[in-house]
Amino acid sequence: MASRFGYLGLVLAAFALMLLGKADLVVMERVRAHVTDAVAPVLAVISRPAATFDRLVVEAAALGDLREQNAALAAENKRLMEWQAAARKLALENTQLKALLNFAPGAEPGFVTGRVIADSGGAFVHSILVSAGKRDGVTKGQAVITGDGLVGRVHGVGTRSVRVLLITDLNSRIPVVLEATRTRAILAGDNSERPRLIHLPPGAVMNPGDRIVTSGHGGSFPPGIPVGVVSAAGDGQILVKPYVQRDRLEYVRVVDYGLKGILDSTFAAEGAGISK
Amino acid sequence: MKPTFWQRMDLLARGFTPFGLTLILVVLGQVPLHIPGFAEVAPIFPLMAVYHWAIYRPDLLPASAVFFAGLLQDALSGMPFGVNAAVFVIVHMAVMSQQIFFQGKSFLIVWLGFSMVAAGAVTLTWALNALVFAAMTSVEAAFIQYLVTVGVFPLLAWLLVRWQRTVLAQM
Repeated sequence: MASRFGYLGLVLAAFALMLLGKADLVVMERVRAHVTDAVAPVLAVISRPAATFDRLVVEAAALGDLREQNAALAAENKRLMEWQAAARKLALENTQLKALLNFAPGAEPGFVTGRVIADSGGAFVHSILVSAGKRDGVTKGQAVITGDGLVGRVHGVGTRSVRVLLITDLNSRIPVVLEATRTRAILAGDNSERPRLIHLPPGAVMNPGDRIVTSGHGGSFPPGIPVGVVSAAGDGQILVKPYVQRDRLEYVRVVDYGLKGILDSTFAAEGAGISK
Repeated sequence: MKPTFWQRMDLLARGFTPFGLTLILVVLGQVPLHIPGFAEVAPIFPLMAVYHWAIYRPDLLPASAVFFAGLLQDALSGMPFGVNAAVFVIVHMAVMSQQIFFQGKSFLIVWLGFSMVAAGAVTLTWALNALVFAAMTSVEAAFIQYLVTVGVFPLLAWLLVRWQRTVLAQM
């Protein structure tokens, strides 16, 4: 039957595409970038009402517990003021010590801010599309952050849209350190909400609540970007709760620290410490 | 009476709508909805459209159109190229082979059919992803996504049936 051959042809074509995608990522990524570029303006328009509606719902919900929230914020503000005083003192001390050491600071990072225009969702891929692109100077491998912490890294770049691989994606591997003990590890996504820490040195001690930040090893990310906290440790699995909530993502910053990325690892990330 | 030029254009445009709607569903499925925990288990809207049109109007959404919708879904969702294309075409083929069975059946049967087809589709998507990435992804998330997809189906099916009875009524 002719239609049966038609189906067979289409299925074979699909499998051929999968194989081609495995063999030649560059071509497929270029095709993908063109398609996302073409749809990006449409998505940019549709995602606006969705975001506005979401904000309305959140605001309506917040009205209910304004008083409670106010008290909590006042308490938090008091605590943060103390931290601010401490931070001011440390910053001053830091500049003085740097002057003593003749420290060469790294380049000032540049930012490109973009709106999240697509979160395809689904159980198989954790990535988002952001309305910034090559024309804004975004390149592959750059870190994507919000005020809360690390979102992911730039995976595919189009002219006016970029695909960001979230840290929870199966293919995401981020070199991190435990902030307090400086224990190195790799944060590996597995398409669940809680990525795991792998390649820990033997005997490393972790406790729930320990802060995880990027280590800067491998040269793709600068050190010190907050990533998350250890949420559960034990039976060989150490899970991390990311600071960034996927459903809250609206605006993100693509950060250009002037690092060359993993392709040129001689460009030592540690030397290019962020100055703010 | 021979239809005029504009009547023919009108029919052509109406006939294009099932494909157009499927593409719109692919794009709409990408919009971030900001619902906590929703993104991981978002329903697969285009799959419902592929199933629906394969039962009622396969002439208006042929396998090649389904393949194209799958490719667009792959490109936008960030999945390896070919995964959704293969899944959609196989779903189309499976439904078409049972087309006579579905004719004139109640909605409950159609829904039950969808629950089985979607189970196969999600399993296949999971297997193809595992194959391409050479790694197992979370079975739990895939299962919840399946449940959400089956749960949302009546809503979209209702809209598509309305569309079929109004826009495609004289076709």
